[in-house]
Amino acid sequence: MLKFIGRRLVQMVLLFFLFLTLVFFLLQAQPGDITAQFIDPTIPAEVRAQIVERLGLEGNVFQQWWSYITSFVQGDLGVSFQQYPRPVIEVIGERIPRTLFLFTFATLLAYVVGFSLGKRLAWKRGGFSEHSVTVSGVLLYTVFYPWFAILMILFFASGLGWFPINGFLTPGFWRNAPYTGNEVFAQMLLSLAIGAIILVGTLVLASRQDERRTARRVRGIGYTLAIASIAGFWLLRTEMRPYAQDIVHHSILPIVTLALVAFAGVMLLTRSSMLETLKEDYILTAQAKGVPEKDIRDKHAARNALLPVVTSFVLGLAFIIGGGVVTETVFSWPGMGSLLLTATVAEDVPVAVGALAFIGILALVAHLVVDILYAVLDPRIRIHTGN
Amino acid sequence: MVIKEPEASDALTVEEEAHVALGVGDERPERLWKVRLKLAWTGLKRNWKLFRENKIGLLGLFIIVLFAVMALAYPVLRSVGPWQDDGIYDPVTGYEAPVNEFEIVPTEADVVDSATQMDVATAQLWCFGVLPGETCSIPLQPAPPSEGHLLGTDPLGRDIASQLFFSTRAAFLLGLIAAVVTVGVATTVGSAAAFYGGWFDNFMMRLADLVLLLPLIPILIVMSGLWTINLVLLGVLIGILSGFGGTAIVLKSQALSVKVKPFLDAARVSGGSNGHLIFKHIIPNVLPLSFLFMMFTVTEAVSLEATLSFFGLLNIDMSWGIMLNTAQSQGYLRTGLEYWWLLIPAGIAVTLLAAGFFFVGRAMDEVINPRLRSR
Repeated sequence: MLKFIGRRLVQMVLLFFLFLTLVFFLLQAQPGDITAQFIDPTIPAEVRAQIVERLGLEGNVFQQWWSYITSFVQGDLGVSFQQYPRPVIEVIGERIPRTLFLFTFATLLAYVVGFSLGKRLAWKRGGFSEHSVTVSGVLLYTVFYPWFAILMILFFASGLGWFPINGFLTPGFWRNAPYTGNEVFAQMLLSLAIGAIILVGTLVLASRQDERRTARRVRGIGYTLAIASIAGFWLLRTEMRPYAQDIVHHSILPIVTLALVAFAGVMLLTRSSMLETLKEDYILTAQAKGVPEKDIRDKHAARNALLPVVTSFVLGLAFIIGGGVVTETVFSWPGMGSLLLTATVAEDVPVAVGALAFIGILALVAHLVVDILYAVLDPRIRIHTGN
Repeated sequence: MVIKEPEASDALTVEEEAHVALGVGDERPERLWKVRLKLAWTGLKRNWKLFRENKIGLLGLFIIVLFAVMALAYPVLRSVGPWQDDGIYDPVTGYEAPVNEFEIVPTEADVVDSATQMDVATAQLWCFGVLPGETCSIPLQPAPPSEGHLLGTDPLGRDIASQLFFSTRAAFLLGLIAAVVTVGVATTVGSAAAFYGGWFDNFMMRLADLVLLLPLIPILIVMSGLWTINLVLLGVLIGILSGFGGTAIVLKSQALSVKVKPFLDAARVSGGSNGHLIFKHIIPNVLPLSFLFMMFTVTEAVSLEATLSFFGLLNIDMSWGIMLNTAQSQGYLRTGLEYWWLLIPAGIAVTLLAAGFFFVGRAMDEVINPRLRSR
């Protein structure tokens, strides 16, 4: 397993360099010379040459490429023009957790709901309900996304008033707060991480149990323990709790909107994957044996239909990240996506390119995670550990 | 099905050679042409039969035809129809606003609180020097739907219906460019990678992995910051990016399955060059699958253009995305459904056209991929 992960990691690093090169040439290929654009043309030539040298813009394309790559690896992405003199890496570092939060929850929600609905849809093939759900699923999949997000805001925020219209927190409420938004958010992430570690630990433990009943019991304990630990974490922090609640309240609508759009793709894919699985002989065998319908659907068919869905995650990833950029912008959620857009509009090139690079890294890392998950899930893929 | 067709044309080539050998048939070229057409026609009929069974595909086709009619109707409406006046109905520069007459407040004595003072001040901004008791005429824009403007006007007094019809053509043009470029790139890359194999294949597929992983929206956003992107360039960019990605991978696997077919060996043995093998044998067999991806690319291109235009990043005069961008930048988008004609038509148009192509793509998928058929 470790060897497998190691090999994938090496591949990822290579892909990442390829990506970085692509980004670099994207910058190079822009019309005009970046030195002409940003350095005052009226200054003396030797001063200009000095500035060019200090900025690492001297030499030919390959020298520049090499200096770009080396400084990127050292975490030096330059300085933001807009928030001068803040380094780009700091601006991005502040935004990454918020994007990850939005992204992770939306993805989880989309996959859980999409999968369970998709398998039911395939099971009841034909008929009006299938057609109508498929059509609305495709409409959700192809919906003009910013427009859809605005309609969601109009309906749930302006109309019903259930959620705040946009933003990350309510400024008025936080005016006299003893914490900054980032501090509270870090605590939220910490509690979630604790819960997730407990959950994954017990799930691994459960998968090692031979007997089914014990496995189920271990899993049950894991769920309770994870929820209890998060609840306990926030019970202890009474002063911080209302502020955390405020952030959560702001995050619900963007998460649900992003999940709704991503969910349609998952549902449609599960459906077609289920339809293929249902044609297999073992389904017929199970029906002939008299296995209850629900068991055939959930245990025989859906388990096997899950694999292409997990693979599709790689494809869906780009879709969700792209959707995330739009979501963040429409909901004014201060993450990487809105950073990318505002920096682009303000011609803050270092930040825009840095944000693009980090979005690429995000996609690559998520790809790696899915690869490992896939290997764990599919019994046919066994990673050899030597013998 | 379509996939078999080139084999048939191979047979014809042999037949053709036989004719040459026997020295018969002056009408040979015409006959060959006729047979080919007939073959294509029967193939088309068979595929249409399969396609017709899929109700969702038909719905998609209906939507596309509807939009195509809209696109074709636009020049007619503008040249001989009711929208002849360029000054009013031009989607970009037209202007008309119904004038509303307001009586500010009856007399000076009615200006009692600060709210009415504000109102008077606002009115004076519109009608310079107006005094309480006088009437002020304010052009109403955006204007609600009326007889002259079936879908109302936008915040700049331009006709929404005209914009909607005009943008359809741009959407089709963009979709066409993106689809053709995607298929061109993906078929060439996929076929060449499958045919040559080795390091070329490896490099192309790693590149495809990378492009597949990358979300298009952020890349295009950054690109639009560095370049001035117009409709044609956007179509080409989307085409290249989506052609190098997933489409190339799928088409390569299809090309691999063609590569091992006996007729390819036969062609090689009879002295076909690499270029001949790729262009005459592999690509025609991969094409039906690539038509499928054309549909999905159009879906992608239409929504991408709308999204980028909505953010105001493209150098395009008018499109559905720009219509929403105008409403957004003038502050009419978050006022609820009071100004529904600014919000609903453009959004529905983008969604429906994208969905239409997607529906057709899915139905074609069932035609091309026999495993998905319901029987």
